[in-house]
Amino acid sequence: MHELALAQEILDVVAARSGGARVIRVVLEVGKLAAVLPDALRFCFDLAAEDTVARGARLEIVETPGRARCRGCGADVALDRPYGRCACGGSDLEWLSGEALRILEMEVA
Amino acid sequence: MCATCGCREQHEHHHAHAGHDHAPDGHRLIRLEHDVLARNDALAAVNRRRLAERGAVAINLLAAPGAGKTTLLERTIRELRAEIPLVVIEGDQATDADAARIRAAGAPAVQVNTGTGCHLDAAMVARALDELDPPAGAVVLIENVGNLVCPALFDLGEAVKVVVASVPEGDDKPTKYPHMFRAAGLVLLNKIDLAPHVAFDRERWRARVHSVNPGVETLAVSATGGAGLDAWYAWLRGCRATERRPA
Repeated sequence: MHELALAQEILDVVAARSGGARVIRVVLEVGKLAAVLPDALRFCFDLAAEDTVARGARLEIVETPGRARCRGCGADVALDRPYGRCACGGSDLEWLSGEALRILEMEVA
Repeated sequence: MCATCGCREQHEHHHAHAGHDHAPDGHRLIRLEHDVLARNDALAAVNRRRLAERGAVAINLLAAPGAGKTTLLERTIRELRAEIPLVVIEGDQATDADAARIRAAGAPAVQVNTGTGCHLDAAMVARALDELDPPAGAVVLIENVGNLVCPALFDLGEAVKVVVASVPEGDDKPTKYPHMFRAAGLVLLNKIDLAPHVAFDRERWRARVHSVNPGVETLAVSATGGAGLDAWYAWLRGCRATERRPA
């Protein structure tokens, strides 16, 4: 549900930076651990973009993997959900990446 | 001058210069590297600073609808208001029923209606703080919209997030809603008086909480019966003392 609020924020930023030019494409980085559903975000983006400079713009989502370090043994752990277990059995994980929610770039006409 | 973007450089198209590229079709690529939550996070930092300047602290209470947040706050206000200045921000999609309950319990309250919105954000809390004007040393209890998903993402300027779980929800929720439980600095388990009537394994629940948030403190309470509330009050006093300790 919060994807609508996020889509509106993305559109505010994009409109402010486009200088009035028509926005063709927006590229967004969404980490696997960011608590955001890419499909829901795309749906909300399309709806919220009506009546803005980004009407009809394509939202490209680059999904980045979740990675953590085990605080017990120091090993790298891949995460595809916001918790997990290291091969050593430890579940105290320091997240290294996968939380990003960032507008990378946009294309304007 | 470049006819496409108006910059002063002479160049062949489709190469980069400061902040943008020219694509061969005349379109322009603008690099943004902009964190989507940046505006909310900046407002949350302002809220946090405003509170710190008056030795106040905010606590963001998160729970599913019906977990007993408002009942817990009513009782907390009745039993602690002589000792700690408590003020409340109530978040709901609609109605001011909860703010009325809080005022009846004896604390100033502002109701924020989010309409279709599923969470409070830092701007809403900033406006509520304008209205509430919390006294020095206050604890601002923010009751977020009942929802175990969306509110986890939005910093409001709180010192700590407290998740209020309850026995009738079942012991499987921590791993079903991991973002929320991971964000918590304290997890309360409410309605423990109902444990004899429902299938709820408290040890399994605690193990699940710790699988998503290792080491987080958990407290078992009954907001209606009163069990365990002394530990919650002690935690609140400690939270306030920590925030008021000079840096």
